[in-house]
Amino acid sequence: MLLEQLSRQFPDINWAPSESYGMLTIEVPVDQLVPVIAYLKDDPTLQMNFLTDLTAVHYPDDKNREFALVYHLHSFIHNLRLRIKSFVPASKPEAPSLTGLYAAANWMERETYDFFGIQFTGHPDLRRILNVDDMDYFPLRKEYPLEDASRKDKDDRYFGRQGHEGVEFDKRIDRQ
Amino acid sequence: MESYFKSYDSVDGELATVNLGPTHPATHGVFQNILKMDGERIVSAEPTIGYIHRAFEKLAERRPYYQITPITDRLNYCSSPINNIGWHMTVEKLAGIEVPKRVQYMRVIIMELARIADHLICNSVIGVDTGALTGFTYMFQERERIYEMYEELCGARLTTNIGRIGGFERDFSPEFIKKLKSFLKEFPARFEEFNSLLERNRIFMDRTIHAGPISAERALNYGFTGPNLRATGVDYDVRVMQPYSGYEDFDFIIPVGLNGDTYDRFMVRQEEIRQSLRIINQAFDNLPKGSHHADVPAYYLPDKEEVYSNMEALIYHFKIVMGEVPIPKGEVYFCVEGGNGELGYYLISDGGRQPYRLHFRRPCFIYYQAYPEMIQGALLSDAVLTMSSMNVIAGELDA
Repeated sequence: MLLEQLSRQFPDINWAPSESYGMLTIEVPVDQLVPVIAYLKDDPTLQMNFLTDLTAVHYPDDKNREFALVYHLHSFIHNLRLRIKSFVPASKPEAPSLTGLYAAANWMERETYDFFGIQFTGHPDLRRILNVDDMDYFPLRKEYPLEDASRKDKDDRYFGRQGHEGVEFDKRIDRQ
Repeated sequence: MESYFKSYDSVDGELATVNLGPTHPATHGVFQNILKMDGERIVSAEPTIGYIHRAFEKLAERRPYYQITPITDRLNYCSSPINNIGWHMTVEKLAGIEVPKRVQYMRVIIMELARIADHLICNSVIGVDTGALTGFTYMFQERERIYEMYEELCGARLTTNIGRIGGFERDFSPEFIKKLKSFLKEFPARFEEFNSLLERNRIFMDRTIHAGPISAERALNYGFTGPNLRATGVDYDVRVMQPYSGYEDFDFIIPVGLNGDTYDRFMVRQEEIRQSLRIINQAFDNLPKGSHHADVPAYYLPDKEEVYSNMEALIYHFKIVMGEVPIPKGEVYFCVEGGNGELGYYLISDGGRQPYRLHFRRPCFIYYQAYPEMIQGALLSDAVLTMSSMNVIAGELDA
């Protein structure tokens, strides 16, 4: 129902809907984010007036879709949750800010900027929030390993994972 | 009274800058607020957070699922069992594990005990900030009894690491049941005594009514959840909206406030403690018989004795510890009603030994950003009260 209504309102968007563990997930192009979310919020039948969560995920192997912005919206009226994903390329990690719609987005966007380096255009005060101001990298990106990269015994392959192609580990922060 | 403040405000155009925190006895945690003050009135506030940031989300990308539980302890450390159990249930949802009814009820009992402990600390600290230390000292005794129950079940008190994926490490012992019974018998009377110290206390009411109010619209816009949202009159509670762990079986009400001020937040928490007691009583009376863990050998560590004597148990032990357990790919958002709001776990698994990405929706990180707006124009002493009544926990704020 929700998807039909959205398709009527925005006929040009490919929603790529999927359902994962009971939550509907749709994709929205980054330039359509604000109109779509504003519509979801203000439409009297949907009333997605609660921004539950906002974060990002880094997929370094996905060319031109390196960063997924993930928005969780919630309609208290219908008790309906919706996950919206929007992909941005690593060459231009920019997204519109939602601070005009939800005051809650302010710190969540600052946190996402702090950890992933996503530039939210139109954000009133886009500064680092949890890390120190003079940090010069974005720690939750996959190219920043948590542990000493010279340790051979903790290779990703031993833990059921292939590692990520095209990721060059930043030697600067692994100097020990 | 009003004219006094008007003239007072207009007299002095010069603003003083006051640093409230990062270490200040009145802030109950490491936060800094740079206040612009006109006399005793706050003109603007700018919070700085991140003093105890420990990069939990990055750490979690390097740890097997069962080793993430101790990280969640350190989010809201006043009610760690809720965080632990919420995490276990997230993994169970991802892996499709069904736990026995007994485990669900045991979890409800532990989570509600944790909620009582969390609310007791918060409310008795509001008392302390208004100058009433007595209630605090008495309620800490009661919190201590809850901690002793945790200790009986899992061996730890504050950072509990309670339970396992699939259930509990051990069943309720006779000693635990004895402690729980005596707690349920003696606590209500002591709690009502504490309540009577503050609820209709003239000084307490004068200090807290209309201190740090927020409207329901603003609270929703700011992403408030938990008692702070309910104090504004919105009856949103994850336990009712999306029941988990068998909450749909219990009869309890969701108290709401009217004005969203410090007094309402206090009253909502007080009533929630009573409701939690009701839930515990119902769960304890109807505690089903059965196993204290689900039959999922691939996730639930076998008993040590078994490991040494049984080949199969040894294999499973090895598989779990070495991360050879098959975890499905997928992404899942799961939330529980934490001590101070909707505590969400957004987990993406790529089938590897650790999460590909784990994000915690920390309720107080989200609602604390409303703090400057809530204290604007208030007195400095009200700002301290507002903060303690919002139940901002530094560990959860900074993750």
